[in-house]
Amino acid sequence: MKLSGSEIIIKTLADLNVEVIFGYPGGAVLPIYDAIFKQNRIRHVLVRHEQAAVHMAEGYARSTGKVGVILVTSGPGATNAVTGLTDALMDSIPLLCLTGQVPTHLIGTDAFQEADTIGITASCTKHNYLVKDINDLESTIAEGFYVARSGRPGPVVIDLPKDVQNAVSNYKEIKVKSMISYKPAKKAKISNVKQAVDILLKSKKPIIYSGGGVINSGVKASNILTKLVNYLNIPITQTLMGLGAVSAKNKKFLGMLGMHGTYEANMAMHDCDVMLCVGARFDDRITGNLKYFSPNSKKIHIDIDPSSINKNVKVDIPLIGDCYYVLDMLFKELKQNKSKLNSKSIDKWWNKINKWKKKDCLSFKDSKETIKPQKALKVLNDALKGKDAFITTEVGQHQMWAAQYLDFYKPNRWMTSGGLGTMGYGFPAAIGVQIAHPKKPVICVAGEASFLMNMQELSSLRQLNIPVKIFILNNEYMGMVRQWQEFFHGGRYAESYTDSLPDFISLANSFGIKGIRVTDPKELNKSIKEMLDHKGPVLMDVCVAKMENVFPMIPAGAAHNEMKLSDKDDKETQTAEGLALL
Amino acid sequence: MLTDINTHTFSVIVDNKSGVLARVVGMFSARGYNIESLTVAEVDEDRNLSRVTVMVTGTTMVIEQIKAQLERIVPVRKVVDLTNEGAFVNRELLLVKVKAKGERRVESLRVADIFRARVIDSSSQSFVFELTGSADKLDAFIKLMQPLGLVEVSRTGAVAILRGEKALLAK
Repeated sequence: MKLSGSEIIIKTLADLNVEVIFGYPGGAVLPIYDAIFKQNRIRHVLVRHEQAAVHMAEGYARSTGKVGVILVTSGPGATNAVTGLTDALMDSIPLLCLTGQVPTHLIGTDAFQEADTIGITASCTKHNYLVKDINDLESTIAEGFYVARSGRPGPVVIDLPKDVQNAVSNYKEIKVKSMISYKPAKKAKISNVKQAVDILLKSKKPIIYSGGGVINSGVKASNILTKLVNYLNIPITQTLMGLGAVSAKNKKFLGMLGMHGTYEANMAMHDCDVMLCVGARFDDRITGNLKYFSPNSKKIHIDIDPSSINKNVKVDIPLIGDCYYVLDMLFKELKQNKSKLNSKSIDKWWNKINKWKKKDCLSFKDSKETIKPQKALKVLNDALKGKDAFITTEVGQHQMWAAQYLDFYKPNRWMTSGGLGTMGYGFPAAIGVQIAHPKKPVICVAGEASFLMNMQELSSLRQLNIPVKIFILNNEYMGMVRQWQEFFHGGRYAESYTDSLPDFISLANSFGIKGIRVTDPKELNKSIKEMLDHKGPVLMDVCVAKMENVFPMIPAGAAHNEMKLSDKDDKETQTAEGLALL
Repeated sequence: MLTDINTHTFSVIVDNKSGVLARVVGMFSARGYNIESLTVAEVDEDRNLSRVTVMVTGTTMVIEQIKAQLERIVPVRKVVDLTNEGAFVNRELLLVKVKAKGERRVESLRVADIFRARVIDSSSQSFVFELTGSADKLDAFIKLMQPLGLVEVSRTGAVAILRGEKALLAK
C-alpha cells in the first residue's frame, strides 16, 4: 500500500505503541498534522509553546517509563524545544522529538523558518537524525526510538524535511536492526561485583547513595534496591532525582542528600567507610567541595554510562551496567558470600546516625500569622497520604522544600528538573503526567516566578480539562536567588523581587479554571482539602512567608559536615572560593 | 601520577555519515578538552567507515573521560587509546613554501635533502617541499626553514596505526 511520508511517520509511531504526541503545528509539519487528522490511533495534545510540549512529554515519560513524543515545526518550533531537550538530556529522560524542516532543496538557503536543527540540537540530544529519503523514515524513527529509551535514556531529534513528508512510498514493517556502533551495557563484570561484595561486607560504616538511574531502570530496580537495603540493614540516602525508589516509610532511608539534604544523610556520607553509589553521578549539588567529599570511604559505583565513572569523583570499583541487573548480581553474590556484615559495627554506625537524626534538621519555626512554606507542604503531604499522588515541581526554594517535606513511597511519582534546573518545567510536566494517569491526583508544586515562565499552558489545561492542581508557594520573590543574595551578596536583592504579579485567582478564572487563595494558616487544611476535592483543574495561590530560607544548606565551597542549619547558625557563607562556584 | 599531563593519540572508528565529525569535534569543545591535532577520512567504503585520529592532552582522569565520552557518541564504533594500547607509529604530512634567492635558496635545498623532503613545486624564487614524519621531525624542519625564507605552512595532523599484526576492527 502506498502511503505519504507523513502517513508513514504516524503509522510508524503507532506501531511503536506511541499513544500520545505533544505538539504545535506550523508550516513545515502541516502534512504530518494532516496525517494526524485522518487517523485515530494516536492522540495529539496541543500546547501553547513548544518548550511546554517537551516538558509535558518529560512528565509523561518520567511517570510511565515510556518514551515521550513531541512534534514541532521547523525554525522557531525547533529552537523553542531546545530548553526542554537539554533538560531531558541532563536528567536522562527518553524523548523522541520530531521537528519539521524546510524541503531538502531549500536547506542551507536561509529559507523562511529554516534553522540548522541538527547543528543546534547536536549538543542537547543523545543523538539526532536528518531524514532525506522517504525510504529511511521507518527505520530511522524506530532506531531513534530505541536509542532514546535504551542504555542511559535521553532525547532524540528526527528532522523531517517537508518534501520527505509529502513523498509517496510503500510502508515497510519496522524492525530495529541491531546497531553496530551503539551497544549499551547491561550486566557488570562478575569479578568487579565479587570485589564490591567483599568490600561491602568488610565495612563498618556503609551507606547506599542512589539516584535517578534506579528510576530509569524500572520498578524492579527499586524493588531489588529495597530488598538489598533491608537485607543488609544499612542506611540509604537518595538524590533529588532518585526519590521514591526506596519508600520514604523505610526506616533505613535518611532523606535526600546534597546541598539541601538532611543533616543525617550528609554527615553519614561524609563519615562512611564504604559508599555504594547506585545510578547517580556525583553531581556538584551532591558532593559539595570535592576536596572534602567523603574523604575516608571506598567507593563502588553502579552506572550504565561508562563516562559517569571517575568523571568527578575517583571510585574504587566501577560496575557498568543497568541498575536492575547489576543490583541483582550484587544481591545474589551477597547472599552466597559466607561472611556477613559485622552487626556490632553496624549497630554502632546506626547509633551514630540516630544521634545526627536527633538534630531534627527539618524543624522550622511555625507562625500563627503567616503561612510557612514548609508548613504548607507538610499539610499537603498529610492530605495526600494513601492517595498515590504524582508530584511535579518548578525550580527553586519550593522545589527543595517539596523534596524535603513530601514523602514518596513509589518510583515515578516525583518529576522535577534536577540537572538543568529549568524554571517553567513543573506545570507542563504535570499536564503530561495527568495525561498518562487520568485518575490519579497530580500536583505541581510551584513558585510564582517559575509558574510565570510557562503559564500560557493554562489554556492547554482548560482545553484538556484535566484535574491538574497547581500549588503555588507565593513569596513574591525568586526565592532561591533571594536566598543566595542574602547569604553571598550582602542582602542586595538585585532584581529578585517579582514585581507586578498578576492576581492569580483572576488569571485562573479568565481561563475558566478554579482559583483558591489562602493567606491564613488556620485556613490551610480546609483550602488544601477544597483543592484536592475539586473535580477539575485548580490553581491555588498559597501566600507564604516572604523571607524564609531553605535549610539545611551546604554553602558553595563547603564540605558535607559544614552545613548551615538555620538563620541563627553562624556559618561562614561568603568564602572567596564559594563565591566563584555555583 | 593521576595529575600528570600527557599527550595521547586516539583512533576513533565512526560511521561515515554527515554530522558525525561535528559531533566528535563538538564534544571536545563542549567539555573543554584540548585537541592537539585531528584528522579524518573514509577508510572503508564497503562498511562505510571513517577513521578519526585525534591527539589530546590531559591528566589520566581527563584522558579516560575523553575515551568514555567518545564511546558515548552513538555513531562511534570503536575508540582505541593507542598510547595505552602499545607501540604505534604516527605520521604527518607537511607542505612548506620557501621564498628565497641565491645562497638561501641553495641552503633550503640542502636542508630538505638532509630531512629527505621532496621538492614538489619550484619557481625561480620559490620551492614547495613535501615531508612526512613525526610531528617532532616536522617541527624541526619548519624551524630550520624559517630563516631561509619560509612563507607558508600546511600540515595534515597526525595519522597513526598500531605496530604488529593486531587490527582495530576485524575484517
